[in-house]
Amino acid sequence: MFSSSSIPGWRQYPKRYTLEGTKCIVCEKAYYLKSFLCSCGSRDFKTFKFSGFGKLISFTNITSSCVEFKHMPTYCIGIVQLDEGPQITVALADVSLCDLKIGMRVQSTFRKFYSHGNNGIIEYGLKFVPAL
Amino acid sequence: MSAKSYQPSPRWLWPTRGGQAGLQKELIMNVGIVGYGFYIPVYRIKAEEIAKAWQQNFHQIKSSLLIEEKSVPGIDEDSVTFAVNAAKNSLLQCGLNSKEINAIYVGSESAPYAVKPTATIVGAAIGADSFCMAADMEFACKAGTAALGVCLGLVKSGFAKFGMAIGTDTAQASPGDILEYSAGAGAAAFILGTDDSKIIANIEDTISIASDTPDFWRRSMQKYPEHAGRFTAEPAYLKHVSTIVKKIFEKHSCGPEAFDYVVFHQPNGKLPLMVAKSLGFKSEQINPGFVVQDIGNTYSASSLLGLCSVLDQAQPDKKILLVSYGSGSGCDAFILKTTQNIKKLINSGVGPGYDLKSHLSYKKYLTYSEYRRNIDLLYQDMK
Amino acid sequence: MKISVLGVGCTKFAELWDKSLHDLIAQAQFMALDDAGIAPAQIESIFVGNMLAQQFNGQAHLGAIVAQQLGINVPSVRVENACASGSSALICGVQAILSGAANVVMVIGVEKMSDVAISQATSALMGAGDYQSEHFAGATFPGLFAMVTRLYMQKYGLTSKELAAVSIKNHNNAALNPMAQFNKKITLDDYFNSPVVADPLRLLDCAPISDGAAAVIISSYDFAKKYGKTGVNIIASTQATDTLDLASREEITSFKATKIAGKKAFEIAGITQRDIRVAEIHDAFSMAEIIALEDLGFFKQGTAGFETAQGKTQITGELPVNTSGGLKAKGHPVGASGISQVIEVVNQLLGRCGQRQVENAQYGLTHNIGGIGTTAVVHIFERK
Repeated sequence: MFSSSSIPGWRQYPKRYTLEGTKCIVCEKAYYLKSFLCSCGSRDFKTFKFSGFGKLISFTNITSSCVEFKHMPTYCIGIVQLDEGPQITVALADVSLCDLKIGMRVQSTFRKFYSHGNNGIIEYGLKFVPAL
Repeated sequence: MSAKSYQPSPRWLWPTRGGQAGLQKELIMNVGIVGYGFYIPVYRIKAEEIAKAWQQNFHQIKSSLLIEEKSVPGIDEDSVTFAVNAAKNSLLQCGLNSKEINAIYVGSESAPYAVKPTATIVGAAIGADSFCMAADMEFACKAGTAALGVCLGLVKSGFAKFGMAIGTDTAQASPGDILEYSAGAGAAAFILGTDDSKIIANIEDTISIASDTPDFWRRSMQKYPEHAGRFTAEPAYLKHVSTIVKKIFEKHSCGPEAFDYVVFHQPNGKLPLMVAKSLGFKSEQINPGFVVQDIGNTYSASSLLGLCSVLDQAQPDKKILLVSYGSGSGCDAFILKTTQNIKKLINSGVGPGYDLKSHLSYKKYLTYSEYRRNIDLLYQDMK
Repeated sequence: MKISVLGVGCTKFAELWDKSLHDLIAQAQFMALDDAGIAPAQIESIFVGNMLAQQFNGQAHLGAIVAQQLGINVPSVRVENACASGSSALICGVQAILSGAANVVMVIGVEKMSDVAISQATSALMGAGDYQSEHFAGATFPGLFAMVTRLYMQKYGLTSKELAAVSIKNHNNAALNPMAQFNKKITLDDYFNSPVVADPLRLLDCAPISDGAAAVIISSYDFAKKYGKTGVNIIASTQATDTLDLASREEITSFKATKIAGKKAFEIAGITQRDIRVAEIHDAFSMAEIIALEDLGFFKQGTAGFETAQGKTQITGELPVNTSGGLKAKGHPVGASGISQVIEVVNQLLGRCGQRQVENAQYGLTHNIGGIGTTAVVHIFERK
């Protein structure tokens, strides 16, 4: 089912901890999720760190969690358009539904996501909160 | 044997003549704070709410502790997330390139791992130099200033270019114990360097004191700490803090009036005010760094958050005395002096009201059961 | 193209505690053989649609089980495309016949989901989306569709009542379907009383966890002629793919893969939307049915919710949609759903739907998606 190994997460630390993505060397288009082929046709990318600021495109609350998030009674997720272009699905923090509005400005914050059981590695990453 | 006589590098010259003055000359290089950041979770619980849960007399407790409310970690937070957020904020504040940081020390008594350092997670999250000296430290509430002392030594000796010291805690307290009113949560990060163009406050001196004192402790497999009641005041906190401050006065031939600000470790509101008064400090000196009434005792972050608050307000050329206390027991004292650079602090991208005192107004109150749920989730792996 | 449907067989969809994966497969496959009137030995190739047997039942290699239970040694492959596994398996079956590799193919979809806890099922189903971003953020499938719904409502002014109309229609249809998981009609009050799963989606907007299997036996038209079984033929089978994660797309309130597959299917079939008289449209979430109706060109973008509320897609309407009850009310055993849609359309064209029967349907369409509209598969059927 879900991966109980901490290694796939470790591979993702630059992305999870620092919002590291890539930029096409030719046309400078920014990608958050790893891209192997740019829309301009280039296959060459350089690393690029997103600033962590963006706009909330849509959101909802989850009341029936998957296994990893069973410890969270309810939480919110959203689609954020980062300032640099790409849109990503993210976990939101410190908010309930009534705090959210489509179009609001959000910023990243470092949070705990879940752990692989009581003995296992804790998975950390960036969630988003309303920008101060 | 070589005919040439050995010529040691001038930097390491131990003068046989000239005594201390000669030695000081070689090591006179400013070391100080280049940037700082803090992180306080948004959640609070009022002391009144805790008193209601235990049917205790709120007014009595408030007057003895002088704490209104304390900060509480969210369900998705721990001392690691606090440390990272404070670290990132310190970099945002001063605009330093994170790759220049090659020493990271994190002090905490509530690290989620007994084995696996917070320091490396911070390093990865801020993008520090991978050739980095890093470790976690423990000395109860003075683990954060212990980290500051280590970074001070490494940077001053030239082994580290920029060092980051963090104090971070999600303090634990047994349900119903008096500590429940004060055990708070937060983190502060300080970046130290020798670059005069960047230093906002020089660290002019540091003295520490350490003794084996059983005032407050937590056995390694236990969820909650124990404390020795009234013993924690006079023979522990008050004695160590007074002793070290008097040592400072003696060493520098000065009195309390030499300092514009004094920041003590704040286990509650009463003890630091008591010791300040006994040493002759005035309320104008102590108030700017007094944060416990709004966030409780943030343990390893306590005195460091007080220092953040002072630096938020201080003008150039002001002298600060920082005295932390850690149970078990000991103090770290630092004398700092602000520079002209303090006026140039960048405040980019973190939003309006980023100084500590106004940031504290961003808060959400929890009920006692919500507070307990958050804390228990932190320790669900310890039965 | 013309691929004939020889026979169909389908178990009831429900939480079938007594039935194992093997039992479900056997029931559907033998029903289909009996309906087709052929012997197991005549099956030349097998495709199995299934998404999560490894996670739910500890069982991979389903192709082997289907073949073994028929006592044959033919090529047998499991096909996985998330919730579109069943209809993708049918694509493979169609291609096998078109290529000449086989004359008679069994395509069977199966899923047994009820053995695990709901939270485990939720985690496993998130495999249909992007693990790195969506799963890590805790974005369950109801959550992803809820975000789509919220944006759609803001963009086109869709109301909750219009959204509810989809679920009410499908439940009312399922009440006429003895094989459906739910057999009670529901009202607008029932809808608004059902708990919020992911705002604005309620429990009655979301398909249930189900067990079930559905099988269809297809053949070349020539083979079917010999058996006198050319009553219903597949005249178009198309499939298209979009990005795995939702957020990467430019357009979030419409699914490109459906648009591409739908357009191509109508071209290949040589008919238009107006010719379709019965359709089984993917409605794992009520919003999905509305978006699909627009993406397939049945209604203008932004209007399908209103048209549904107006009754256009009722059994008695101009375009009956999900007469079976849809995934929502008939049940959604993931791998089986695509084939169960096929079975409903085939039965409608053969006049075997009893109280749900649509009159004079000559052309029918199935639309099945995997993930958040990531894979879309369209089949068009013709009654001879």
